[in-house]
Amino acid sequence: MLKIIPERFRQGYRTSAFPRREPQLSARFRGVPQIDGGKCPPTCHYCVDNCPMQAITRVAGKVVIDLGRCLFCAKCVCPHDAISFSADYRLAVRERRQLQLSADDSLELAQPLADELRRLFGRSLKLRQVSAGGCNACEADFNVLGVPTFDLGRFGIQVVASPRHADGLLVTGPVTANMRAALLDTYAALPEPRLVIVSGACAISGGPFAASAVAGNGVDELLPVDLYVPGCPPHPYTLLDGLLRLLGRR
Amino acid sequence: MVDSAVRISNNDVVALADVQLWPLPRFIAAIDVELAGGARVVSYFAHHGGTAKVELWCVLAHDDRGELMVLRSHSDAEFPSLAARHPQIQLFEREIYEQFSLVPVGHPWLKPIRFEPSWRDHAASAAVIGDFTPYQVAGEEIHEVAVGPVHAGVIEPGHFRFQCHGEEVKHLEISLGFQHRGVEHLLVGGPTAATLLQMEALAGDTTIGHTSAYCQLCESLGGVKITPAAARLRAIALELERLANHVGDVGALSGDTGFLTTASYCGSIRGNILNLSADICGNRFGRGLLRPGGVNFAVDEALAQDLLEKLDAIEDETNGAIALFYDSPSVLARMDGVGCVSMAVAAELGLVGPAARASGLVRDVRQHYPGVADDDFTAAEVENAGDVQARALVRRREIAASFALVRQRLQQLPPGEVALPVASLLPEHIGVALVEGWRGEIVHVAITDDAGRFARYKVVDPSFHNWSGLAMALRGQQISDFPLCNKSFNLSYCGFDL
Ligand code: SF4
Ligand code: SF4
Repeated sequence: MLKIIPERFRQGYRTSAFPRREPQLSARFRGVPQIDGGKCPPTCHYCVDNCPMQAITRVAGKVVIDLGRCLFCAKCVCPHDAISFSADYRLAVRERRQLQLSADDSLELAQPLADELRRLFGRSLKLRQVSAGGCNACEADFNVLGVPTFDLGRFGIQVVASPRHADGLLVTGPVTANMRAALLDTYAALPEPRLVIVSGACAISGGPFAASAVAGNGVDELLPVDLYVPGCPPHPYTLLDGLLRLLGRR
Repeated sequence: MVDSAVRISNNDVVALADVQLWPLPRFIAAIDVELAGGARVVSYFAHHGGTAKVELWCVLAHDDRGELMVLRSHSDAEFPSLAARHPQIQLFEREIYEQFSLVPVGHPWLKPIRFEPSWRDHAASAAVIGDFTPYQVAGEEIHEVAVGPVHAGVIEPGHFRFQCHGEEVKHLEISLGFQHRGVEHLLVGGPTAATLLQMEALAGDTTIGHTSAYCQLCESLGGVKITPAAARLRAIALELERLANHVGDVGALSGDTGFLTTASYCGSIRGNILNLSADICGNRFGRGLLRPGGVNFAVDEALAQDLLEKLDAIEDETNGAIALFYDSPSVLARMDGVGCVSMAVAAELGLVGPAARASGLVRDVRQHYPGVADDDFTAAEVENAGDVQARALVRRREIAASFALVRQRLQQLPPGEVALPVASLLPEHIGVALVEGWRGEIVHVAITDDAGRFARYKVVDPSFHNWSGLAMALRGQQISDFPLCNKSFNLSYCGFDL
């Protein structure tokens, strides 16, 4: 006990000032892509051909990145300097189509829940997490929100053990054939109204294993989704920002 | 008879034509003799060789000589099981059965392992997940506790069945496969542009470990030697991955002993270590850092200096935080003698990594099969008791060793290029790559076709060996010891399920 007290002082106060102050992310962090359409030569397909995830299309001349498929690998960064990755970690949206990011456009970040739901969940949201084929990085970076740095509890958001106690599911992974029934059972056990939050490219689109016959192609083929959080995995601040936006607290 | 077998080192390749196809009895007898003589199975798998028969490939390790033996045979319907004599091979045989419908005759425990559809017999319907006959202890006072696939915490899915007499666990059976994404299937015909990203996500907390093994294979099969600067950066990233996970696990152990002080400090500190990886490559898990031929990001003087300063601060905080845990008598008493795996059992099961080393087995790829950047690695950290405390102590010593390695390596970063182009892979060759990930030995084996594409790509995550260690650790323990035992191993579900 006596040793704990000085150690407590040394370790100091660790909780970040977020959301009052913006977080400091590493200089090489790859956040929201910026597509400068003016730099794209008319017939260029460099990014379309180089994306390993087939996340990029050119629609009516405009480059469009599907952030639901994107793994932020930066293979699309081209010799024309048209695509770059900004430091903006805010990526969460309410609808799948909003993840189609067109050249020279910006993301429509998540709008809050409707008033009634916000009244219910705005100050206390209990989540049940289900990993459905995730690689454990998405799970790890959700788990990390519980450490003192992020201190998820201070926002009234808490992870609960039983779906019966939960207001929503936070799903990671593409929903493998072998996890489909367990996910649906868990969802069925949640009292209504219930939210579904999907975190990571896997849960949005199938992610790196989308081409597999047994891996699955994301949660919204099975359940209605209220919040999409892109990334592989999403940065903890990306997820936290999304959760707070959903609750109308940012 | 084993004399004519092909012997290679880590990261070597051999032409398929140079590996003789042995008759099945000779192949099985050779494995039997080698295992009885102290060898380990590092990989054993089936492969569609293009004929009606299915090929069997086995890679055995002789740690004392740093030597890998490659054996090859074939069969069309069955092969003799060695599982009863050598438990370390039992899961490999079941995998061959599940993937290629070859029956290991005489296998005492033949059950599905991932509930995946057969690669060979497309008409056969896959076993339904969870549909298996668990081992049952009989008796009026025996009760069964079933947990999962969806657990209480934020963890991956798996199914656990405890056979209990009162509080005492007589037997724990672990049935997995929920995370099965068909990875090995997807890799056939590669490498494609997506392969690297799939390797990074085989097991997310082991991004660097698995991706290193993949890159090493591409390089040996592509005839490229990466630069010293690239090798050093990879070796740094691998130790950072070990550090982050070990520190996180000490925190988790601390949480499960009810010692919340260290648990919460370690949670934050782990994040700070992940952030060092992000400083190098922009991603906390090292996504985007490695590529066949080298690495995608260089570390210049200024960044190295910045990383060193952060590392010093993190090391101080870590030492302070974990000392509270390891110096607390109540904590030690909770871990002492719990979840014991004796050296004999660990050897029989073929355990690897810190779990093996905590039971007194000297097993570390960095020591026995060193890579180019492992010249500064001194010796594996070993404990003897085999209990939760021993596994915790091995982690503590490895934390200290990894801090020292990262520091030393950052201080002497070789100058020069960090990435070289990789030519296409040699056709009709087999390559083997071993990496000591934070959980233990990662093994990737690739067999290429006549165009240099992957005809078969076999992945063995350390968890493949070690889940049986956790099951054995629970025997005779209280059911309430499970979380603690589980954290002391902290195994991967997705790495096992693939
Ligand atoms: S960063 Fe995203 S869009 Fe660009 S190549 Fe990678 S996966 Fe494709
Ligand atoms: S999105 Fe990426 S990090 Fe998340 S589970 Fe899938 S592969 Fe892992």
